[in-house]
Amino acid sequence: MLHIVNKSPLERNALDACLRVAQGGALLLTEDAVYAATRGNAAAEKITTAMAGIKVYVLGPDLDARGMTDRLLDGVTSVDYGGFVDLVAEYPTNQSWL
Amino acid sequence: MGTIEVNGKSYETDEEGYLVNLGDWNEEVGAYLATTESVEMTDQHWEVINFLRDYYNEFQIAPAVRVLTKAIGKKLGPEKGTSQYLYDLFPYGPAKQACKIAGLPKPTGCV
Amino acid sequence: MSEGTVKKFMFVNRKAPYGTIYALESLEVVLISAAFDQDVSLVFMDDGVFQLKKGQQTKGIENKNFSPTYRALDGYDIEKLYVEQESLAARGLTEDDLLVDVTVMSREEMGKLMETMDVVLSF
Repeated sequence: MLHIVNKSPLERNALDACLRVAQGGALLLTEDAVYAATRGNAAAEKITTAMAGIKVYVLGPDLDARGMTDRLLDGVTSVDYGGFVDLVAEYPTNQSWL
Repeated sequence: MGTIEVNGKSYETDEEGYLVNLGDWNEEVGAYLATTESVEMTDQHWEVINFLRDYYNEFQIAPAVRVLTKAIGKKLGPEKGTSQYLYDLFPYGPAKQACKIAGLPKPTGCV
Repeated sequence: MSEGTVKKFMFVNRKAPYGTIYALESLEVVLISAAFDQDVSLVFMDDGVFQLKKGQQTKGIENKNFSPTYRALDGYDIEKLYVEQESLAARGLTEDDLLVDVTVMSREEMGKLMETMDVVLSF
């Protein structure tokens, strides 16, 4: 399954909820959720830990908009809108965590 | 919404005649917009217009009149940094009229 | 507003830019408030500190990049910008990452400053 989270990990608990139940597959971070995958963020360790069992992606344009592109965590893949579509197509189901 | 036509090209404007797309602006469009405001453009007018465009490029907003006046005084000399000078050039309000001619959105807080 | 009634206004910014409209709305209210010659302070804490991050490039998300506008605040005589130290630290940011000059203070100092205000508006 593809999990999609779009809220900042320091403002909402959507990322926590997602990581608590996710069983493999992929996690795509978009909008304010991209901060979770940046070095120095208090939630970064959760992402690093989760990467053992789930592939983590971020939407590149959202990182660029926030001036955080050069802080992406190692092991996280940045995708563009085309890559977003590819991910949705690759996994039979997806869930957007609100 | 409306459109204006300059040199055979048409450009979108809002209901008050401001350009919708900042990138559409060029000197001919500016000169045309000035005629819709009945402003006869001189070098002094263009100086203010160019200042406004530079300000917008740097800060992404059109300045309030008070801020514009102060900034013009700093850049172009104190004798030009007065509301009297700017209102002489743009009688219906420098922020409003000059912004329109410069192809900028209406200034925030300008009612 | 009549003369002699200058109040201390504080705008508290706690949301990241672009994900929600709060940051931009706050900035617009701040710019408008400058016309009333009040004593204005801006606070950036929690995800609000991200509003001031250098290097924002919004072309890809087709949003207006309003971060350069924070640099115009000085010209509007809005010079009191405060950032909470703990919020920066939790996000891997330092003062050098910010695009304007600010005063960094602890949450305790921030709380005390807040107590001295007449009006506090939260975004």
